[in-house]
This record gives sequence, C-alpha cells and structure tokens, in this order.
Amino acid sequence: MAKHHVTTTVNGDPVEYLCESEQTLLDCLRDELDLVGAKEGCSSGDCGACSVLLDGRLVCSCLVLGVEAEGRSVETIEGMAQGDELHPLQRKFLEHAALQCGICTPGILVAAKALLAKNPDPTETQVRYWLAGNLCRCTGYDKIVRAVMDAAAEMRGA
Amino acid sequence: MQERVKKPQFDVVGTRPVRPDGVDKVTGRAKYGADLKMAGQLVGKVLRSPHAHARIKSIDVSKALALPGVKAIVTRDDFADQASEFVPAGEMLINYRDVVRNILAREKVLYEGHAIAAVAAISEKAAIAALDAIKVDYEVLPHVIDEIEAMKADAPLLQEDMITQGVTPAPTKASNVAKRVEFTLGDTAKGFAEADVIIEREFKTKAVHQGYIEPHACLASVSEDGSADLWTTTQGHWVKRAHCAKLLGWDVTKIRVTSSEIGGGFGGKTVIYLEPLALALSKKAHRPVKMVMSREEVFKSTGPTSGGTVRVKMGAKKDGRITAAEGEIILQAGAFQGSPVQPACMCAFANYDLENVKVIGFDVVSNRPKVAAYRAPGGPISTYGVESVVDELAEQLGIDPIDLRLKNAAKEGTKAAYGPKFGPVGLVECLEAAKESDHWKAPLGPNQGRGIAAGFWFNIGGETTVSLQLNEDGTLTLMAGTPDIGGLRASLCMMAAEELKVDVHKIRPIIADTSSLGYNFLTGGSRSAFSSGMATVEAARSIVKQACQRAAKLWEIPEEAVTWEDGEVRPAGENAGKHKPMTLSDIGKIAGKTGGAIVGYAAISAQGAAPSFGVHIADTEVDPGTGKVTVTRYTAIQDAGRAIHPSYVEGQFQGGAVQGIGWALNEEYIYGPDGKLQNAGFLDYRVPVASDLPMIDTIIVEVPNPRHPYGVRGIGETPIVPPMAAIGASVRRASGVRFFELPMSPPKVLKAMKAAGKA
Repeated sequence: MAKHHVTTTVNGDPVEYLCESEQTLLDCLRDELDLVGAKEGCSSGDCGACSVLLDGRLVCSCLVLGVEAEGRSVETIEGMAQGDELHPLQRKFLEHAALQCGICTPGILVAAKALLAKNPDPTETQVRYWLAGNLCRCTGYDKIVRAVMDAAAEMRGA
Repeated sequence: MQERVKKPQFDVVGTRPVRPDGVDKVTGRAKYGADLKMAGQLVGKVLRSPHAHARIKSIDVSKALALPGVKAIVTRDDFADQASEFVPAGEMLINYRDVVRNILAREKVLYEGHAIAAVAAISEKAAIAALDAIKVDYEVLPHVIDEIEAMKADAPLLQEDMITQGVTPAPTKASNVAKRVEFTLGDTAKGFAEADVIIEREFKTKAVHQGYIEPHACLASVSEDGSADLWTTTQGHWVKRAHCAKLLGWDVTKIRVTSSEIGGGFGGKTVIYLEPLALALSKKAHRPVKMVMSREEVFKSTGPTSGGTVRVKMGAKKDGRITAAEGEIILQAGAFQGSPVQPACMCAFANYDLENVKVIGFDVVSNRPKVAAYRAPGGPISTYGVESVVDELAEQLGIDPIDLRLKNAAKEGTKAAYGPKFGPVGLVECLEAAKESDHWKAPLGPNQGRGIAAGFWFNIGGETTVSLQLNEDGTLTLMAGTPDIGGLRASLCMMAAEELKVDVHKIRPIIADTSSLGYNFLTGGSRSAFSSGMATVEAARSIVKQACQRAAKLWEIPEEAVTWEDGEVRPAGENAGKHKPMTLSDIGKIAGKTGGAIVGYAAISAQGAAPSFGVHIADTEVDPGTGKVTVTRYTAIQDAGRAIHPSYVEGQFQGGAVQGIGWALNEEYIYGPDGKLQNAGFLDYRVPVASDLPMIDTIIVEVPNPRHPYGVRGIGETPIVPPMAAIGASVRRASGVRFFELPMSPPKVLKAMKAAGKA
C-alpha cells in the first residue's frame, strides 16, 4: 500500500511527511522529520519519554499514529526554547541539577510545560501526580519536582 | 601558640555550576544510542527464543535470506567458539565461552528471549518478515527458574559439564552450582557460645532490573577493508571494543567505538548484546546497520540482577557487642555462571568490626537471562538480610538501632572479613549524623514506623586516560574516556578549573572515542569521578609545568626560577628578574611560538579507591486495609569523601535510594510455570513513579579519601545498599509484622498482617 501523505504543524512550522499506516507519531518525528528529542523508552505509553503536545494536549507520541497528526499542531522539546532564551523550566532543570542521564528530560519538560499551562500554581502533590506518567530512573524525582515548582513560581512572578 | 584546624578552601570544588552537557539535554539536542542516523543504514533485528530451555536441532535461514530487502543474517555459525576465559567487566567477571553463547545461542537456548539469529534488512517491516521466515527446530527441555530448585540433584541441567568450583574434593557430577565461595575470620562457634542473644533468619529477594529508560541501541558501519565504526550506548566503549574484537576475531584497532550519550546504565550497559551482531551484519551487508532493543527485549534478554536466598545468623552480648556472624548467600546467575555472589559475601558484614565471621556463597545457574551488574552488584541483597537481623537484635536487646551499630561500626583499622584493613572511613560519622538529624527525632503518625540501615561499597580505580588541551586563546578542551551518566563531565571540569584557576565554563569536556584517547576501563565500581578525576588533576598539573617551562623560555631564565601562584606564572623571587606574570590565557596565546601546543596527558591505573559507607532512614505508613506501604519520609546519609559537585552527589544518593525503594516495595521478575517472564514491560514491572515518593533528603558526610587529590570516594553505588533493610525495619514498626521477603507488595503485606491479627 502506498504511504500516507501527512500535512501538519510541528513547533509552528508547516511540515509534510509520508508514513506507513502503522507508523507512530514518534516514529514520524524521529525517522521522517529527524526530530529525535522525543525518545522511545517503551513504545507502550508507560514511560513518557516520548511526550509531546498535540493541539496543546499532552500525549505519548508512541500511542498516536503518524496519520493522526494530519491538520493538527505538534509541539516537541525542540520547540521549547525561544532562540537563545531557554524556557524557565529548562533553566530551572539545569540550575537544580534535575537531570542525570537526561533521557527522560525532554518528555518531563514537555509534560511539565503542559501542567503549568493548566495549573500555574501546582502543589507538590499535583506535580508528582501529573508527572507520574514520566519515568525517571536516575534522580528519584526530588530535584525534578523542585525544579518544576521553582519554574512555576518564577513564571507566576512570585 | 595558636592552633588552627586547616580546612581546605576551594574556589570551584564544592560549588554547583550548571553542567557543561546540560543545555543539550534540556533542548533535545543530546544524541543517545538510537538517535544517530547514517546514509543507507539497514534495520537490524534479533530472533529470540520462545522457550525457557531447548536444544537447537537446526536453524534454517534460507527462506528468510531470499526475501526482498533482506541483506544479511547471522547465526551461531558466524561466530567462532571461544575457550573458557574470564575477564573483568566492572566488579564482575565474564567468560568469553559464555558471552559468545549469550549473544547468539549455540547448542541450546537457555532462557526465554535468548538470541538465536540477527537479520539486517532495508526496513523494519522487511526485517520482521525475515525473522518470521527463519525456521528453528527445537527440542524443548524441562526448565528450572528458582535457585533453590536449580540446586537440587534432579534439577534440569543447563550446562552438562558444569562442575562446582571451590569445593574439595571436586564433585564428579555436573550441577547448576557454578561456584562456592567462603570467607572466614576468627571462630564463629566460639563467638556464638559467648552470645546472649542469637538470631537466625532466612530472606528471599527477587530478580530486579536496572530499568534504565534508554533501551540498548547501536549503529555499526564496516567498510570493505574491515575498518569499523561503532556508535553505541555503553558504560565502557574500550571494554566493548575488546569484547567485539575478541568475538569477531578482528584487530582491536579496526574498531573505533564512540559512546553516545547514555540514557542510564546502573551496571547494565557494561555488557555486549547487540554490538557484535550489528558489526557482523554490517560486514556482510556492506551497509551501516542500526539495532535498537524494544522494552520487552530489555527485560527478557538483558541482565537483571540476581534474586536469591540469604540466610543470616548473628549473636550478640546483652550490651550490644556482636560476637559472631554467619551468612549463606545463594544467588541466581541467570543462564551462565557469574552472579555477584562474591561481592555479596564480601559486603555482607563489612559494616561491622567483628572478630568471628563466616560467609558462604553459591553461584547458581537457572533458565533466566544472564545477570548483569546492577549498582553495587550483590551488596544490596546480602545487606538486606544482615541489616534486618541487626535491627532485630536491637529490638530484642532493647538497644537503639543507631547505638547498636555505633557499638559495632567498622572504622579505620577494622579488618574486614574479606581481607583488607580499612583506612579512614566514615560509617561512624554517618551514624552520628543520622542520630543528630531532624528526621530521626521527628514524631510519627498512626500506622507509621521508622527504620534505619547502613550500607557499604568497595569502589574501584583502574585504567584511565585523560587529555587536557590548552587552546590558543587560553580556553581548554578536556577529553575523558569514562562515559558520563550523571554529571561526570561537570566534576572533571571543576577539578581542572580548581587546579588551573580558570573559569569552569572555559573548559569544554568531551567523552572521546576509542581511537582518540588511550585505554579507559569502563564506568563502573563508582570509579569515574575518582579515577578520571585523578587523571584530570595529573593532566592539569602537567599543563602548569609546561606553562612554567614556556615562560622560562620566553623570559630566558631557568625553569626553577618560575612559579605558579594564584593562577599565574610568575618569576620566583628577586633573582628571577622583573617579568610580568602571565595567565594561562597569555601562555596559550604564545604556545605556538614557544614550542607548539600545550597538552596535559595522563594515562594512569588509578590506585587508592576508598569505600563509601552510607546510612538511610526511612519512614513508612502501612494501610491496614490494603497492605499498601507508602514511604512518607526518607533521608540518605553518606560519606562522599569530598563532594566535587554536591548537587550530583545528592542526585546519586536520591536516585540509588529510590531504586532501593522500588526493590523493597514493587519490583520483581515474575515467571509463569512455563518459564516465561510475565511482566516484561513498565506497566507490570513497576518502577517507582513521582507520585509514589516523598522528597529524598540527603546529608553529605565528608571524610576525605587520603589517596585522592581532592579526597574523592566513589559514591554512586552505596546508595542502593541500605534501602531495603531500612524500609523493612520501618514496615516492621508501622505494621507490627517483620517481613523476610521482597518485594513487600500490598497482597503480601496484607496477608501477613491478617495472619498476625494486625489487619
């Protein structure tokens, strides 16, 4: 069967790609668009390393088909910094040493951004439950949670 | 006379700069194992055994090879057999005869997921079609999963020629027991005779996986003249180069290995799985071959650490002095010999200064994936048993568990049961810090309990090479060869900056490939900050010496007349003449005219690694309605020697503690009666998630290691040693029930509480 032609928006740019029916959005981002910031940790939606925003909603891109991105808007880690300016979450992750190996970091940053868009003043418990879909095996989450809380405070102007 | 305690003052060491590889990791730019792409690359996939134990009667690849888009297939026939030869891999040993059988099965498949063949094809679809078309004729054999079952005389044999080592006289019959080890000190019978209280217990732990979020991945490209480039996610690219060269029969120099950014390892990425297959496929196909494991493959086919049975007997006087300790530790090796039973035995009683110790260990094969190193391999398993018994001793004797440990703690001069005398060590300091902590004094709520446990890890040094280049503008480039998993590059740059008195951000570090730098042993044994740090300091001091030589040349004075002070090269005293001091930046600019590039190079075998002791305090709350255990507060205290970058030291403490919490409460390999793994995914193999946990508090104790220029001890492994016993002790107090089996999952806890009338 011929490949599908998909027209979508990724990080604000109009893009097109060809994909097979069974290719996931994660496959398309990584293999067709060379956007490898989203990682494949499990391909079953359990680890969150492939987290992206689809029309502003947090999804595991391994659970979305490439063809489902047609006409929609995808935001990935590659679109998070604005020019030289890191997003406050990115900056706080560095300041708090909230990453060790860094493989989960893109997914966690995207997920945290989605949280703060919904809830600019989350409690520690809300941060922990929101990020429960993003596995990190290195940090024990302590510094990640602190970085998210600190970024939220800065973004609120607190 | 005024006495002053001189505490070293540092400009950079002990501060918390942003790590040099950080921006790439928060922007998605950093390239991990699966992130590299080469023109014309093929997709490599592995055919794996559906059986736990079977003889391979034949493998027919002819139909698969004839499929469109299939470019190469490798099987056992593509790898020469290897003689039995043990080589070091981290703290563990591997045997090439077994490695060649683990990467591709030969006579038999020994576990579900055992690799049988690998294919390279133009697409994922074509590769999967090829796997389906390979015909393997199996004779299915009875299997054995449990280590105690595997030790029985009538158990199915994995290796028909395995004679237990370490037993005299040698057994005449083959068994699944690969090795018996024993360590003794003093006379335990005499020690037990002196004891007022004796406690004897048996503990069971399950196999658990390292659970790195990045699956194994590599990309190999072999040219027509046999030169090979290998990109791989690894804890040791020189070690992987050696293994691949050995298995393929190629010259070492032909294989250039680049370590990608590594998405977690914890010991599990010290082993080769895909790399020799990708190289062999690429050589056959004349195209680059990329191979990436699925999560299911990671669980089924790569090394977890052992589950096991630990028997502990300890005796103590009424005053708390431990008079004798015995342990028997039986560990699963997986399908091939080589469990971490030796370090498990050596660690077992290392926390204590004891006169009478006896530890016996057994290395047992069964139809499971071959175990790999996992953070302090073996230590957490034996320590769980021993520290749980120490807690029970404290309870029976009515002594505070910290005081009991203080009374028996290992210190400088203590002779460990496994041989050496300890130098300066920080266990007493950690216990005192625990006693003084707010956590230890805080009140507890209903259904809550508090537990404490100590832990030890040896740490190692070893072969290490670092190159430090002074650039023409005075900035520096640092090349190290121990893969950086959790902030190593930051620590190395900080040590170099401290030595050279330069801004830490003026040093750009890279992890060099195997063709660009001398040999480096792998990142394991918590050796990287210690060993590469030592080499970095040596390289930096060489730069200082060369800078002085260049200034001497420029000023036309003898080298001895030049000194290095406060980051400047200066004439030494009046007689040296009046010369304007020069910074490294000035020296860098004149390097070309005074003799060429200035490069500091250190190729060392780092000696003097020192152990790190830690003490963890855990509070848990047990729900009497469900048996669910929730960790409500946690503090990890550990002797770091010297914390170069305290944030990343804390990060190691926190990460290790949480892996231990997972081991204690959730994680386990679950096998069905068919010998197949039933939970090969993150949904059913449940690692701790953010909502399971509290903040993990840390206290860094610093008892400097006298053998390192900055006092560094390895700190990465110790944090996973104490958690299981600390949580066990805490659950005991919260629920009123003492548990002897991990994980303490809700159904088990509820059942035990009901049986004890506590729920």
